[in-house]
Amino acid sequence: MELMFSVALGILTSCGVFLILRARTFSVVLGLTLLSHAVNLFLFSMGRLTSGAPAIVGLTPTSADPLPQALVLTAIVISFAMTAFVVVLSLKAAVELRSDHVDGENPNEDRP
Amino acid sequence: MTHLMILPVVIPMLAAGWLLLNHRASIGRQRVWSILSTSALVALGVWAVIAAQVDFHTYWLGNWQPPFGIVLVLDRLSAMMLLLAALLALFCVLYASRGSDREGPHFHALFQFQLMGINGAFLTGDLFNLFVFFEILLLASYALLLHGGGRARSRAGLHYVVINLLGSALFLLALGILYGLTGTLNMADLAIRIAAASPDDQTLLRGAALLLMVVFGIKAAILPLLFWLPRAYSASSAPVAALFAIMTKVGFYAMVRVLLIVFGLDSVQPLNADVFLWLWPLALITLGLGAVGILGAASLRTMAAYMVILSSGLLMASFAMAEATILAASLFYLLHSTCLAAVFFLLADLIGRQRAEGYDLLSVTAPLTSRWVLGTLFLVSAVSMAGLPPFSGFVSKAWLLQNAIDHPQYLWLWGITLVAGLFMIAALSRAGSGWFWKPEPYTGRQRRRLDPARVATVSVLIGISAALALFAAPVMDYMSATASQLYQPSAYVEAVLGETALAKGGLTP
Repeated sequence: MELMFSVALGILTSCGVFLILRARTFSVVLGLTLLSHAVNLFLFSMGRLTSGAPAIVGLTPTSADPLPQALVLTAIVISFAMTAFVVVLSLKAAVELRSDHVDGENPNEDRP
Repeated sequence: MTHLMILPVVIPMLAAGWLLLNHRASIGRQRVWSILSTSALVALGVWAVIAAQVDFHTYWLGNWQPPFGIVLVLDRLSAMMLLLAALLALFCVLYASRGSDREGPHFHALFQFQLMGINGAFLTGDLFNLFVFFEILLLASYALLLHGGGRARSRAGLHYVVINLLGSALFLLALGILYGLTGTLNMADLAIRIAAASPDDQTLLRGAALLLMVVFGIKAAILPLLFWLPRAYSASSAPVAALFAIMTKVGFYAMVRVLLIVFGLDSVQPLNADVFLWLWPLALITLGLGAVGILGAASLRTMAAYMVILSSGLLMASFAMAEATILAASLFYLLHSTCLAAVFFLLADLIGRQRAEGYDLLSVTAPLTSRWVLGTLFLVSAVSMAGLPPFSGFVSKAWLLQNAIDHPQYLWLWGITLVAGLFMIAALSRAGSGWFWKPEPYTGRQRRRLDPARVATVSVLIGISAALALFAAPVMDYMSATASQLYQPSAYVEAVLGETALAKGGLTP
């Protein structure tokens, strides 16, 4: 399970970083979303991966660490709000600047 | 335990909530509430500074005991930052109440949310809570930056938002690593556990420390992470940019707090030594880049933005010298540079309004009204900013350079700081002579009356700089005590968790 988890994290993070480095706002927003997914999964795994163990002490011999779950919940809420904001902002920028380039203009547009 | 400690977070939160619910209230009532709330914060800041001189103060939120609850800690550094933020905010909100808050809706609500995030970040003693307060202040700052709209703001805002979202992701990664290794996020508890960590974990801990440095480096604008700043600060409206002068200092504060308390308890081989190794050259280059930027700036707002970068570079460089006496001097410089950077953002707007054309562009020579008043304000603040006597710029820089002289690498700091000062004098005198001496007297038909309230606000803020120089001795005593308190992390840990936790190596849930 650990191996699958870390491979998934690696793929998510590398796709996220690649997309953030693109020049169009749409891919940047997608990249930020993928990266925040990776971060949330990473935080979740910090309480160690356990299966079949609830986050309540005493129900089963082993119990999961509840704190990372709470942290992830906070992080999800924040990243959800931020993603919504950045989507609206990039739409606004695209309309106002008449370009969806992250700099508001394509530096190579006028070149022959 | 006193409930006053939570008020710097609760008052702006309630004020912002009231302002949001009553957004149809007349702008006059909104201003009154906003100014009242900010004045209350100033009073609380004064209380905090007085209270912090006695001892540490801790506040368990909801009375949840450690290690389960979140703790607020008031020490000398956080008290001083609370007072500085509140004072600066008061001037910004007074200036904004003269008209800039009409450019768009909800200015005052956003402003109060911003103050809530800033104050929370200064008070919290929990690393995840620091992240949450960072997000609050960032989200408010995104909206404040875009307040009023316009193409330049959209363009700068996009960069600002994206880089800060990336910073938040990295912050969470660092927190995840720290929690995974130590099982706690309370700063005091973390400090104990990091000091006692096994050698196998050192590499990961070092990674977490460097990640945190990157995160706070984005906020504080040190070298590879500063290119969002000039555009963002020069695009926002004057009072917002003036308030943002404290935002880079929030990054500096967080770096000081985390590096000296959380990573500094191990006296044999502290982890923060690695970070200082990186920070020292980067900060020096930032300092130089700020000076070049000031010389090359096309408008006064951009120049002020590069002044923020320069002061950030100088703060980081003196912090990276890792000595208590130098840190004391750099904290004094922090007070001075924050006030003066804010003054320049406000001055750019004040002068820009009186010029016939060109707003604050340095290349335009345009007649302006009230040239004597504005010229005097500009001269005094330029003298103070450039570090010439008799104002606070001189006192703080002289003290900083004097304290740094015992450090083996002091020549780097001396050389770059002094050359940067020279660049600043050149740029400011060019701007001043081009604006106040060159143009013909104002003969335009359109009356441009100088707003006395705005002038008074800026003058009082400049007066604080003079007061810092006049009453330098008590301030310097306070700063020295603050720096030595920061260099004794065990006292912090003991105050937050008690002696027993320190002795037995952390709290066990």
